[in-house]
Amino acid sequence: MYSFYGTWPWYISGFLLGAVMLTLVYFGKTFGMSSNLRTLCTISGAGKFSDFFRFDWKSQRWNLVVVLGAMIGGFIAVNYLSDGSGVQLNPQTITQLQEMKIDAPVNGNLIPEKFTSAESIFTPKIFVFMLLGGLLVGFGARYAGGCTSGHAISGLSNLQLPSLIAVIGFFIGGLVAAHFLLPLIF
Amino acid sequence: MKFIKYLLVGIVFGIVLTKAEAVSWYRIYEMFQFQSFHMFGIMMTAMFVGVLGVQIYKRKNIKNIEGTPISIQDKEKGFLSYAIGGILFGLGWGMIGTCPGPIFILIGAGFYGIGIVLIGALIGTFLYGILKEKLPY
Repeated sequence: MYSFYGTWPWYISGFLLGAVMLTLVYFGKTFGMSSNLRTLCTISGAGKFSDFFRFDWKSQRWNLVVVLGAMIGGFIAVNYLSDGSGVQLNPQTITQLQEMKIDAPVNGNLIPEKFTSAESIFTPKIFVFMLLGGLLVGFGARYAGGCTSGHAISGLSNLQLPSLIAVIGFFIGGLVAAHFLLPLIF
Repeated sequence: MKFIKYLLVGIVFGIVLTKAEAVSWYRIYEMFQFQSFHMFGIMMTAMFVGVLGVQIYKRKNIKNIEGTPISIQDKEKGFLSYAIGGILFGLGWGMIGTCPGPIFILIGAGFYGIGIVLIGALIGTFLYGILKEKLPY
């Protein structure tokens, strides 16, 4: 049923994700992707506007290297490790997508054309939608002190109550977006 | 050379999240509709492995690569910042289906349109830096 070139099963994927986090801890670091957004702001000169961005970004170079690796990993996975059989959704999900006029996955594409094709993403509605979604993710991650990797995986693995609060928040927000915002917007 | 190991960890991370389809907008949408176990299974397995590993690190006093005992910093105490920040993050995640890791992974995979989301995320991070002192914690 599972193939190396298709969707990897949840237990393999979850195991490897846990291993990635533990490996970084073994290297004396912590697993957290959203910190890189702060580092990128600092490199771009945001320190002129807020103390928050005045820190030694070079101490975070290792994390930027992890990000670079992740980008290469994404490239390898899509171009060399995929046979186009991926993203098998629940039929009910596909029906709901059709109602919102969002194209269903074909040939294993990971993201709807609506959010990738040049004709679509530069329409004012989709452009603002994507920019605003990103803004919420960036702002929320810093305000909550971490994102899915920092709280849901690292924090919960270390049994941190603040991470549990944040993760419950992630789900409240996500449920509101998926059940109310998306049908309202599309 | 010392950065090679981070590059390798990153590559594994990128491949796993892509092949698990955790970078897929579709999978995130399906998860929030409770129409598939897939994403929940990934998170629960990762947490299970994580909790187990962290406990082993702590109980066996395992030293990290630099030779110092492994210690993981506790998160600062608080409620409002985690709750409000978490909900705002979740709203964005539910809309565009990408958390920070996948934003980079997808751009690397050739979905350059996600650059719009990255710009949004950088603006959001910047706004937090500006408004930090005025927010409740």
